[in-house]
Amino acid sequence: MPFNILVAVSLLYVVVLFGVAFVAERRARGGLAGWLRSPLVYTLSLSIYCTAWTFYGAVGYAARSGLEFLTIYLGPTLVFVGWWWVLRKLVRIGRAQRVTSIADLISSRYGKSNFLGVLVTLMAVLASTPYIALQLQSVTLSFGVFASDTPEGWALPDQGATALWLAAGLTLFTILFGTRNLDANERHHGIVMAIAVEAVVKLVALLAVGIFVVWGVAGGVADVLARIDASAISDWNLKPGRWAGLTFVSAAAILTLPRMFQVMVVENADERHVATASWAFPLYLMLMSLFVVPIAVVGLEIMPAGSNPDLFVLTIPLSAGAGKLALLAFLGGFSSATSMVIVAAIALATMVSNHIVTPLWLALRVGSARAPGDVRGIVLMSRRLSIGAVLALGYTYYHLSGGSAALAAIGLISFVGAAQVLPAMIGGIYWRGATHVGAAMGLITGFGIWLYCLFLPSFGADGLISTQVMAEGPFGIGWLRPQALFGIVGLDPLLHALFWSILLNTATFLIGSLASFPGPMERLQGVAFVNIFDQSSGPGGWVKSAAEAEDLLSMSQRILGPEEAQRFFQAQAAAQGKLGFLPDPTPDFIARLERQLAGSVGAATSHAMIAQLSGGATVSVQDLIAVAGEAQQIKEYSAQLEAKSDELARTARALREANDKLTDLSVQKDAFLSQISHELRTPMTSIRAFSEILMEVDLPDEMRTKYAGIIHDETRRLTRLLDDLLDLSVLENRRVQSNIGVANLHDLLSKAVTSASNTRPDRAFVVQRDAASEHMPVFTDTDRLLQVFINIVSNARKYCDAERAVLRIEVKKRGRIVEIDFIDNGSGIPKKSQALIFEKFARLTDTSHAGGAGLGLAICREIMANLGGSIDYLPGQGGAAFRVRLPLKRAS
Amino acid sequence: MPHNQPLFLARRSYRRRRMMDAVRLLPAFGAVLLMLPLLWQPADTPEPDTAHGLVYLFAVWLVLIVAALSLSRGLAPALLAPEEPVSPGTEADAGGEGGAG
Repeated sequence: MPFNILVAVSLLYVVVLFGVAFVAERRARGGLAGWLRSPLVYTLSLSIYCTAWTFYGAVGYAARSGLEFLTIYLGPTLVFVGWWWVLRKLVRIGRAQRVTSIADLISSRYGKSNFLGVLVTLMAVLASTPYIALQLQSVTLSFGVFASDTPEGWALPDQGATALWLAAGLTLFTILFGTRNLDANERHHGIVMAIAVEAVVKLVALLAVGIFVVWGVAGGVADVLARIDASAISDWNLKPGRWAGLTFVSAAAILTLPRMFQVMVVENADERHVATASWAFPLYLMLMSLFVVPIAVVGLEIMPAGSNPDLFVLTIPLSAGAGKLALLAFLGGFSSATSMVIVAAIALATMVSNHIVTPLWLALRVGSARAPGDVRGIVLMSRRLSIGAVLALGYTYYHLSGGSAALAAIGLISFVGAAQVLPAMIGGIYWRGATHVGAAMGLITGFGIWLYCLFLPSFGADGLISTQVMAEGPFGIGWLRPQALFGIVGLDPLLHALFWSILLNTATFLIGSLASFPGPMERLQGVAFVNIFDQSSGPGGWVKSAAEAEDLLSMSQRILGPEEAQRFFQAQAAAQGKLGFLPDPTPDFIARLERQLAGSVGAATSHAMIAQLSGGATVSVQDLIAVAGEAQQIKEYSAQLEAKSDELARTARALREANDKLTDLSVQKDAFLSQISHELRTPMTSIRAFSEILMEVDLPDEMRTKYAGIIHDETRRLTRLLDDLLDLSVLENRRVQSNIGVANLHDLLSKAVTSASNTRPDRAFVVQRDAASEHMPVFTDTDRLLQVFINIVSNARKYCDAERAVLRIEVKKRGRIVEIDFIDNGSGIPKKSQALIFEKFARLTDTSHAGGAGLGLAICREIMANLGGSIDYLPGQGGAAFRVRLPLKRAS
Repeated sequence: MPHNQPLFLARRSYRRRRMMDAVRLLPAFGAVLLMLPLLWQPADTPEPDTAHGLVYLFAVWLVLIVAALSLSRGLAPALLAPEEPVSPGTEADAGGEGGAG
């Protein structure tokens, strides 16, 4: 087979792939995606699990280690037939949360933590780089096989150039079809279709080689079985640890490899496709493995000793002269390598751009997402650059490692690295208690052990880890030897690294989760992930939506592209029953928009951008505590204010009462002044009038006498009034001379009643007394006391408005105090006036008929104060009631 | 049994529920069969029997595929209508699957 034809066929094949991808993309755009999204295409796209490592490496693996190679395919088989457990849930979560990558899944689950996103991204890039290098190497090697016919022999003119051209071509293809649109939910129809075609090519190629070997070279099934038992492969020793361990790690890897996650979850168009894939994908794997052992056995038999068993798939047809079959096999290997590289590059580029480049770009820009700038362009550009960078890394690794190591070893190292995500992933979707602290601890631990025990030693003796460290441990610490941790020697290095990394990873993940406390967002996401089947709506609602729909639209346009964003907004507005492009920024709408954006830039970035716009950045527990603290302070302060204001109110009330009293008194005084002027004026007027009459000469004597009598009476009245005023003034100033004597209370009361009886003598007035209780001696100023009694009884006679007025006098002795109550049966004194009656000049009614000047009770109060007792109004007795309290013996 | 689940299910729902059980058990069943070779030391047996082992593994593989095929056929309607009113138990089942995970 001329080498040039090979190159031409490869180029032609690539052109066909471009065509397939282009047509698929165009049909999808035209809405004819129907059969593009069939379960068959989904299953075939999963076949990127079978890379060049499978296509070439499985045969080599079988030639070296017998049936052990099957574990790599049996593990995924178990995962797929058990799809009801994990796959179904993963796909549902991926679709509900619009997850863009495995890093996004972890980041989103653990509170949209970007730190975890970065961590998983770095791990994925590191673990995938050797794998990509492996694909480049396999294609280069296969070119080399055909080039062995050329004069240069096995050594191609420039093997590095082949790999470089390949890497460049893959970069171009991936960028062309992988970054055409941004939203992951749009899916890469072109690429998925191209991968499906490649899946068919590689399956057909391997089956064709297998059939050729079994029925062409060997003599059928029975002959092959006999040859197997006769061959060196039959001497393989099943190592239980490796058998179980490799089955486990391949089962883990199919869930956690970034490229598998991409086709399995992100590119999934319909959950029911998983059901089909549950049997179709194991079938594909089985068919891929079916002829591996026969090819290996026959290859070992007929090929010259020392030929590379990794290339038997090519070299057997070539040596048998079947050039076209060899070409098909070459295309199969080429397909395996390219499809893996393309999807891996897309998956890694998405992660790098969403979790590292875009957040960095957002953080470095001082402005917010509101600021002008083409986010969409930035994201696309960063994704393209990332694709280039990922392939450049793979090429560099290939170039540095020199393409020497066996294919299988590199693949397994990559698997163990990818499997480190498993505890955080499974824990995240089944256990609400898993926290980002636990996840980060587990990931770092597992990844560190993987690096130290497997990845770095894989560069060979004196590569990145010196032989001395390998043999004696770092700094001579024996139990830290990379391939004999904790002094357990003799384990297979791969198994050793797998065991310790997964064990300690899981342990730290569990302990970290148990010991830490998740934030609110993390808890919401935890519920959303674990209970994905119980709910339809997304969590993490935007409670306050200060975001303006217009701002959101302008931001979304820059990420989703104007057309896409406008369509989404219009649909949302229509769903809210509004016309136009601007729906109300309800929490529901914002949550949906966030998920939509998450499909393009990842959950963490999307959340951060929405948070910037909606003003409510993520609410952390600290924030809540701070808010609660402030609220508490405000509450205390307001309680203090309330207390103060109560106090002020009380003071104000007291002041108001005092003021009211003053005002009342002032009114009373004015009234009294006018009254007293009147009182003084009336006798004066009559005195003047009668004096004028007396001055007449012809007045009869009896008249003169009468008038003189009147004048005399009036003068006495004036004098009494002035006496009262003087008396009060003296009493108030406590300058009264007391004249202490002893008297029987009964006698005093009797005198008072008698003296008062000339007040309104026309009235029928009954005084009820209990003489027995009244007999007691009092030592006091008896004249003054009598004056008080008279005043009270007269008042009762004057003011009691009952039809049959009755005054009851009760005397009670309480220790050294005697209480004398005067209770009548009138209507009493209104409550509002009770405080005023003892004031000077107080008079409750218009006092024309009262004849007094309103000084009586004021004088009484002063007298009683002088006698060491008191006089009070006694409310609630059915009429006016006064209580006079008097010490039996006045204190000297 | 949670009180909100009906005690007696329609025949079809009952079948579907048991199929869900079966599909959950399938990987465990497969794992046991695939781990059986651990008991087997091909290099030490008097007669070379790697070929038999190969045939056995592929037979198990095929059984798993056929079982998964028939179960996925039966469960496809359950995926279509996970919230169908007749089976409030599907959600309870789905929520409870963490228990044995």
